[in-house]
Amino acid sequence: MSKKITIKIDGKPVEVEAGSYLLAAIESLGIEVPAACRYPFLPPRPVCKLCSVEVSLSGGEAKIVESCSYECVEGMDVRTNTPAVLEARKKALANMVNRCAENNLLKDIAGQMGIADEIKFGKELCTCIYCKLCIRVCDELVGANALSFKKGKVKEEEGESTPIVLDESKCILCGACAEVCPTNHLRIEEEHDRKLVHHDMELGPNSAISLSFRQAVPNVPRIHAEDCIHFRLGGCRVCSEVCPKDCIHYDDQDVIEEFEVGTIITATGFQDFDPTPMKQYGYGKLPNVISALEFEKMNNAASPTNGRIVLEDGTEPRAIAILHCIGSRDENYHPYCSRVCCMYAAKFAHLVKEKTTAEVYQCYIDMRCFGKGYEEFYKRILDEGVTVIRGKAAEVIPARYHREEEGKLLVCVEDTLISKFREIPVDMVVLCTALEAHDNASEFGRKLNISTGADGWFIEAHPKLGPVSTTTDGVFLAGVCQSPKDIPDTVAQAGAAAAQAMKLMNVGEVQMDGAYAEIHQEFCSGCKICNGLCPYNAITFEEDKKVSYVNPALCKACGTCVAACPSGAIEARHFTDEQIYAQIEGILS
Amino acid sequence: MSFEPRILGFLCNWCSYTGADLAGTARMKYPPNMRGIRVMCSGRVDPGFIFDAFRNGADGVLICGCHPGDCHYAEGNYKCARRIPLTQRMLKDLGIDPKRLRLEWVSASEGQRFQEVVTEFTEQLRELGPLKLHDINFDPAHPDPESLEGVEHA
Ligand SMILES: Cc1cc2nc3c(=O)[nH]c(=O)nc-3n(C[C@H](O)[C@H](O)[C@H](O)COP(=O)(O)OP(=O)(O)OC[C@H]3O[C@@H](n4cnc5c(N)ncnc54)[C@H](O)[C@@H]3O)c2cc1C
Ligand code: SF4
Ligand code: SF4
Ligand code: FES
Ligand code: FES
Repeated sequence: MSKKITIKIDGKPVEVEAGSYLLAAIESLGIEVPAACRYPFLPPRPVCKLCSVEVSLSGGEAKIVESCSYECVEGMDVRTNTPAVLEARKKALANMVNRCAENNLLKDIAGQMGIADEIKFGKELCTCIYCKLCIRVCDELVGANALSFKKGKVKEEEGESTPIVLDESKCILCGACAEVCPTNHLRIEEEHDRKLVHHDMELGPNSAISLSFRQAVPNVPRIHAEDCIHFRLGGCRVCSEVCPKDCIHYDDQDVIEEFEVGTIITATGFQDFDPTPMKQYGYGKLPNVISALEFEKMNNAASPTNGRIVLEDGTEPRAIAILHCIGSRDENYHPYCSRVCCMYAAKFAHLVKEKTTAEVYQCYIDMRCFGKGYEEFYKRILDEGVTVIRGKAAEVIPARYHREEEGKLLVCVEDTLISKFREIPVDMVVLCTALEAHDNASEFGRKLNISTGADGWFIEAHPKLGPVSTTTDGVFLAGVCQSPKDIPDTVAQAGAAAAQAMKLMNVGEVQMDGAYAEIHQEFCSGCKICNGLCPYNAITFEEDKKVSYVNPALCKACGTCVAACPSGAIEARHFTDEQIYAQIEGILS
Repeated sequence: MSFEPRILGFLCNWCSYTGADLAGTARMKYPPNMRGIRVMCSGRVDPGFIFDAFRNGADGVLICGCHPGDCHYAEGNYKCARRIPLTQRMLKDLGIDPKRLRLEWVSASEGQRFQEVVTEFTEQLRELGPLKLHDINFDPAHPDPESLEGVEHA
């Protein structure tokens, strides 16, 4: 802890840390001081001189100093509002105003000082106030050293518009300079900016450190190393400076932890079907053709659009088409019904109606409103004026018949209820893409010894009697990884899976199946053929007796050893040779 | 009336037995000629069972296991896959057409494949006709030289 000292500001005694900067002490009293060239993460370097105040030390003569960079000393007497101070600030402001084009920063400061009418901006074209913050942040924080002041005057007559020179080879496009520039003179141009792009699903936060999404578990921000200045150049470290709890450790590494468990619940869910191969819908090619998940993301209150439904150009759509069954119920992609799309499409339509004035068209094969309250919800969106068209959309093409349709999309669909072909002009098309099993589902399933069906979903032990268990003891299924289902069904299945797992854990011991292999040692010749066959290493050779032994707790009753034993010494309980021979005889008699 | 072969099936509990169940619950039709015996794994099928089946009058024996890599016990089906060709060779020695013994991989989700396999095997056995064990002259002293091809002599 550094020493506390007492100083006087406008007559008031204030306790501050010795050596701290005066401006902070003044502001802590709620006194406003104009300041244009400071940035909290850079050491102060007085350039603008707007923060001038009058200081006298131990009764000495008063002098004008820049408070942002002046260190507090015991007993100093500070005046922030004397005519001399105001004069100094006016002069500083005039200095800057003369050198630059009209800008809000200086206008606001002039307003704050009550001299808005007195200032007159120079003829210059550019709004740079020469505070040097951009150059310093690039040098001192980022470490890219990409910016410098131009030597000599800016030759406006030759088309030059800025005194800042950028070395493009050094710039890492982090945007820190634009962030600190107090007059917005420096900007990251549109083409480099990570703007909203629907197809790449980059509707996420732009900062290099952010929460993945608001409800993320654990609810802590993550650093995206590819965007982080520190990881790119080693500088910055601003986030660790502002973190009051010292949580940011740049040298943390991913660690793989292994722990032993007795039960596993598989809830790996689904992946979104990629509609790019279905060229007829123009996904990835036509603007404003987006997938349902992208629409869902945009709709979220925490999205970059704050939940507003907008087109790529930022305007509100006037007509939206929602196309059902994209990749589902389609022989060429997935024959199954994805089960949730009809209802989330209805939800989308409702939200569009709630948030915008847009027309909504739904093109469906069948409206499957299967759950509690779902049919009623469907009725409700019909009352809200949503247009439903029975027919799977054939194609989405750019509209081009009329000038006023410029930039719109045409949805081509056969309305099978009136046997008419329709072309509907809309601004946005939402594709209700299929839920599909993860590409690596079967590979993953193999790890847990559970199998996948033809569609890639994990197979339950029994479709009616064992809907949450699998053929592997202690491994359970929950959610879409087993088959497409909505949230209520997922939650119900997850609850059941948890209960099943708890049941095993509560017992604390594993109940063995009655079926296992047993070696009748009196017949065992000690050939050891069985020893190498067991996939569970359940068979050991008892050296003293020179015979083999099956550990019934390890045996899973596959019977491979039984079939192999040349002495017929192994009995597969419940699947004995006698039983099977009797079955053969019985069936064939 | 056409000949109806009698087929004995050994179905793995984890795949084809469930696959057969699926074919049933999905109301898929297949010939009733095959009767299945449930075993825990195709690896449990002792070649002795197969000979016994033929001895008891089966015209064909079908063994179904999990696809390679998918065996519930990791590798029981590989063991089975090694035993069946050897058994087929012995069948040939005995004068039984090895085509009467079949090994197929049918997973739990392949009800349709199960239907196809049974239908096809039944057709094939219809063409082969009944197995007449009494007509076979087996002379252990002079086995069919072809059947020894590739067999290493110690
Ligand atoms: C656009 C859209 C809108 C929807 N709207 C609704 C709605 O309004 N109401 C409704 O009831 N349902 C809705 N649904 C359905 C809903 O999303 C699903 O029912 C729900 O997400 C299923 O949850 P889940 O946990 O089974 O799977 P998921 O939500 O897919 O979760 C699976 C999780 O497992 C993780 N994971 C995957 N593999 C592994 C692995 N190997 N190791 C560790 N983690 C892994 C994934 O990252 C993911 O976080 C909608 C679906 C879509 C596509
Ligand atoms: S295969 Fe049979 S005889 Fe050989 S060691 Fe195993 S139990 Fe004993
Ligand atoms: S039956 Fe299978 S699991 Fe059991 S001891 Fe024999 S080989 Fe191992
Ligand atoms: S803020 Fe102190 S000199 Fe600019
Ligand atoms: S478990 Fe089916 S073949 Fe082994």
